[in-house]
Amino acid sequence: MNGLSFPVYIALKEVWRNRGRFLLLSLVIALITLLVLFIAALGEGLADGNRQYIGNLDAELVVFREKSDYIISSSRLETGTLRAVRRMVGLENAGPIYFSATEITSTALPIKVSLLAAEPGYPGMPTVAEGRDFRGGGSKEVVIDRNLALRSGLHIGDGLVVRSTQGPEDRFSDLEVVGIVGGQSYLFQPSMFVAAETWEQIRPQTEADARDDTPYPHILAVRVSDAGAVEQLRSSLLAQVPKIEVADVATTINNIPGYSAQQATIQTQGFFTLLIGIMVIGGFFQIQVLQKVPQIGVLKAIGSSNSAVGMAAVVQIMVVTAIGVGLGAFMTFLFSLGFPPTVPLTFNGVSVAASVLALMLIGPVGGLVSVIYAVRIEPLRALRLQ
Amino acid sequence: MKKAVLEVLDLVKTFMVDGAPIHAVDHVSFQVHPGEFVGLVGPSGSGKTTLLSILAALLTPTAGEVLVDGHKLSKMDEGDRVKLRRSRIGFTFQSNNLIPFLTAQENVDVMLRLNGWPVERGGRRTADLLSRLGLGDHLHFMPAQMSGGQQQRVAIARALVHDPALVLADEPTAALDSERAFQVVETFAGLIHERGGGGIMVTHDLRMCLHVDRVLQMRDGRIVAEHATKKEIVALARAAG
Repeated sequence: MNGLSFPVYIALKEVWRNRGRFLLLSLVIALITLLVLFIAALGEGLADGNRQYIGNLDAELVVFREKSDYIISSSRLETGTLRAVRRMVGLENAGPIYFSATEITSTALPIKVSLLAAEPGYPGMPTVAEGRDFRGGGSKEVVIDRNLALRSGLHIGDGLVVRSTQGPEDRFSDLEVVGIVGGQSYLFQPSMFVAAETWEQIRPQTEADARDDTPYPHILAVRVSDAGAVEQLRSSLLAQVPKIEVADVATTINNIPGYSAQQATIQTQGFFTLLIGIMVIGGFFQIQVLQKVPQIGVLKAIGSSNSAVGMAAVVQIMVVTAIGVGLGAFMTFLFSLGFPPTVPLTFNGVSVAASVLALMLIGPVGGLVSVIYAVRIEPLRALRLQ
Repeated sequence: MKKAVLEVLDLVKTFMVDGAPIHAVDHVSFQVHPGEFVGLVGPSGSGKTTLLSILAALLTPTAGEVLVDGHKLSKMDEGDRVKLRRSRIGFTFQSNNLIPFLTAQENVDVMLRLNGWPVERGGRRTADLLSRLGLGDHLHFMPAQMSGGQQQRVAIARALVHDPALVLADEPTAALDSERAFQVVETFAGLIHERGGGGIMVTHDLRMCLHVDRVLQMRDGRIVAEHATKKEIVALARAAG
């Protein structure tokens, strides 16, 4: 410690000589860190489960039926809309996407899945990581996402049976897995992709729907040829294609039913956890300073400046917070190893970094009052000379 | 005679209590010369501690002037006063003297660190000084492991280690038994004489004045008597105890 400045020296000496007390506070911060990181991971996991497919769309714009309020389930596009959209200038490509849900009954336990249809090679159809794309024309081929492959144990070449209620009856359809794509969860369910005609045959539908064999896409995913001309294309689409509304991908995600409310809930939980952290740290350091009033008075009387006293307090807070956050991050890592894959935890680098940054800030913010109090201590009063 | 390390010129400190002025320090003037150890005595409430606080640049006087090592306190801002306390003044207090989480050596080193001294050189100086004060075996003791007398000797070492022009001691023997108190004052006086700085010791115990060079007696904020000869000081101390 010989080369350290005075505030750093005095701060670290106190922490080291009272390491039991400071370690306890670090452990409290570690628990808060654990909670914050888990909430962040849960938020990310739930968000992924809900929006992963939409978030991965290789498109900038999404076309909805007018007055659907950008809600996918409320939008059904007319068959001519895709042709009209594809004729637009400035558009690289557009692909129809069909949404539904079904259940795989051939696995040991039934698995509910999002049943999606898209056109291979067009926006909306994820790139196949293993195997190949399904064929069109009502083929009984399916591409499953990685999440479904992990949960079901299905491999390329395996067969599966889906059950869909059509009118008053359950219909069971045999499909063959021909490809696997990356994680594409939608509405908290793993996804499987089929051709539009196949989708129309096997999706759950009412008796009235069942009488019409034409598949109507819910939305179109649109990729622009010039990334800088997104707004221009959006305006052109709205002006030239009837009965549509156009949103970007972020708006589409935010309008997934329940998504915004769920994320707001998670963020509120995270915020309150940080707030509790601020109060715990603030309380601890305020008590510390109150106990050290005579000691701070001596330091000031013998020539320690206010800035040195304040800096020493800040250094202590930063050190204790950093140790706590480090311990908490390590504990989070250990705990995450033991969680089953069904718990939707996703440790995203950006959200973890944001959480760690927020946690590193709660120390100085929480200790701010105590730092100000320490700086304002009058040596005369502290030493009871007056 | 060498230039005074402390000059106090017509110093006044007035507090307003319930709307009425109280003169805690009332037109006080005196000097302390290099190598001189001065006792400031008087009953409780006589203004000793207020005077000491002004000399320590911790309290601003209502009127008058204080020069420490030639520096006028009235011309200094707070930053300058902090630097003066750090570099030109040494302190010991009645209690709460030491930083509880630092060893004896580290407590003394604090002054050197504050003044930016090289730690290696400072460390040797600290160890030498503590050894001279009989604490050579206690360098790495924490304050809680030392007696009151030992703690006061560490505080004395801290007050002297950076060679200040002026050492101010507020009741340094208040928490000690008589035997220890005499030892501490004798050591203190010896080091001040040897190092050539000036020293002022505030005490209410006249017996502690045996080792000082001059005694200033205060009452009601004024210096009412000055005892400058050994004979007078011995008589004063014997009369007290």
